[in-house]
Amino acid sequence: MNDTATALRIKPADVTSAPTSTKIAIDIRDLDFSYAKTQALKNVNMAVPANSVTAIIGPSGCGKSTLLRTINRIFELYPEQYAAGSIAIDGRNVLDRRYPLSDLRRLVGMVFQKPTPFPSSIRSNVAFALSYYERLSKAEVNDRIEDALRQAALWDEVKDKLNQSALGLSGGQQQRLCIARTIAVRPEILLLDEATSALDPISTAKVEELIDELRQRFTIVIVTHNMQQAARVSQQTAFFHLGELIEFGSTSEMFTNPREQKTRDYITGRYG
Amino acid sequence: MAIRTSRRVADNAAFAFATAATLFGLVWLAWILWTTLRQGAAALTPALFTQMTPPPGSSGGLLNAFFGSAAMILLGVVIGTPIGVAAGTYLAEHGRYTRLAAIVSFVNDILLSAPSIVVGLFVYELAVRTAGHFSGYAGALSLAMILLPIVVRTTEESLRLIPDQLREAGFALGLPRWRVTRQILYKAARSAILTGILLGVARIAGETAPLLFTALNNQFWSSSLGGPLANVPVVIFQYAMSPYDEWHTLAWAGAFVLTAFVLILNILVRLLARKGQQR
Repeated sequence: MNDTATALRIKPADVTSAPTSTKIAIDIRDLDFSYAKTQALKNVNMAVPANSVTAIIGPSGCGKSTLLRTINRIFELYPEQYAAGSIAIDGRNVLDRRYPLSDLRRLVGMVFQKPTPFPSSIRSNVAFALSYYERLSKAEVNDRIEDALRQAALWDEVKDKLNQSALGLSGGQQQRLCIARTIAVRPEILLLDEATSALDPISTAKVEELIDELRQRFTIVIVTHNMQQAARVSQQTAFFHLGELIEFGSTSEMFTNPREQKTRDYITGRYG
Repeated sequence: MAIRTSRRVADNAAFAFATAATLFGLVWLAWILWTTLRQGAAALTPALFTQMTPPPGSSGGLLNAFFGSAAMILLGVVIGTPIGVAAGTYLAEHGRYTRLAAIVSFVNDILLSAPSIVVGLFVYELAVRTAGHFSGYAGALSLAMILLPIVVRTTEESLRLIPDQLREAGFALGLPRWRVTRQILYKAARSAILTGILLGVARIAGETAPLLFTALNNQFWSSSLGGPLANVPVVIFQYAMSPYDEWHTLAWAGAFVLTAFVLILNILVRLLARKGQQR
């Protein structure tokens, strides 16, 4: 086995496209990222296929979350964080400073590790961004809210209490609400940053089911610490180590027959 | 067994000390309230709130002083709060990592501890000497200047306490900063900011020195802020210094109402803070 892995060894920079899908949703080229003096991502090249789930795995501090935070440029909120290289979505480099942030973030939604409900009603949580991007009548807004909550598999649980505070929901419900308000503005890409790690197993299963359904309509990139989760929900997996993309390929192959020794070590639990 | 005994002794001692310290603090408040109530009881009648400050030797109330204080505090809050909240928002949000914000924050700290008599003198030069007379407006301005740094500081602190995750969640939806601040952060920090404003009101309610130089006092009814205006702290100050017993009693009654007002404001602040925590 080890011999095969060595024979198939491919330099990370060459590992660009995953074999399963043809259309590329996010084309990452020569991406470097640094926090002040520490380099967090090194020359990452990766083509994320559309309408599928791509999992990003790797030990803590390997740059998984950084990669997500670069794709929607949320890192720009903080000083001394820099990205170089390019990330093309629909043929345009979103790292270009001239690319409007609100356009980018409408196109690329993000859900965080801890549920982040806004301190207002369930309805407003979904409506805030919606009414910022689109001029809609009240009826249209209500339709869109219902639609988003249904897609997030939350509608039946909250339809009778849309005007109640979102802070009264359970953690799992809050996380699905965050997904609902993100998909309400109809993005193309969803970034999930360890979106289930703060949830109990039942809520996690619900969110995973949801992810599987959502990939029909969205390109999903999910960062996870949980390798079983990566294996369950994703079609492609990317393994990062110390800021470098070590291996990127179909999930089934990666977990049964990884090409790289580092990947094998991580998957079999030797470190991480 | 020996360890357990010594721990229990230490625990009891700490408990006794903490209780004693609390009582020590409370005794003064109770004493002040009791003394002002007892000494001012004779004047604590409806007339206190319906009649004007009397000339020596006759009876009266403090209506003009209550009105003047209320008007100046209200105007002070109206001036100081929006500027304070806006500046606090700048420090915590827009200017977060800038040098300017660091400098403003430092200067605000100095303003926060500036002696109120200095503020009074400043406004005297600014608004009394230039206008040529004392006025309620000048008084309100000096109160606003004392309130301002308190509001700036509490707004900044309460916004900073909001975890960055909530901001990121707002920005990740593509909302611009002002929308994130207005629709999400202000809501999250609402009770904390309101608490700061109320604490500021409690602080300026008893300020005497700045009013002495700005609003001065007025023995008669005046509803105009354009001239000298009666106010509770300065009336207490003058009446307490006077040789007349009726004035003394009125001063005590005024002091009691003022202390009770500040106490009630603080209780209100507590209730608000508790509501904020439950959220």
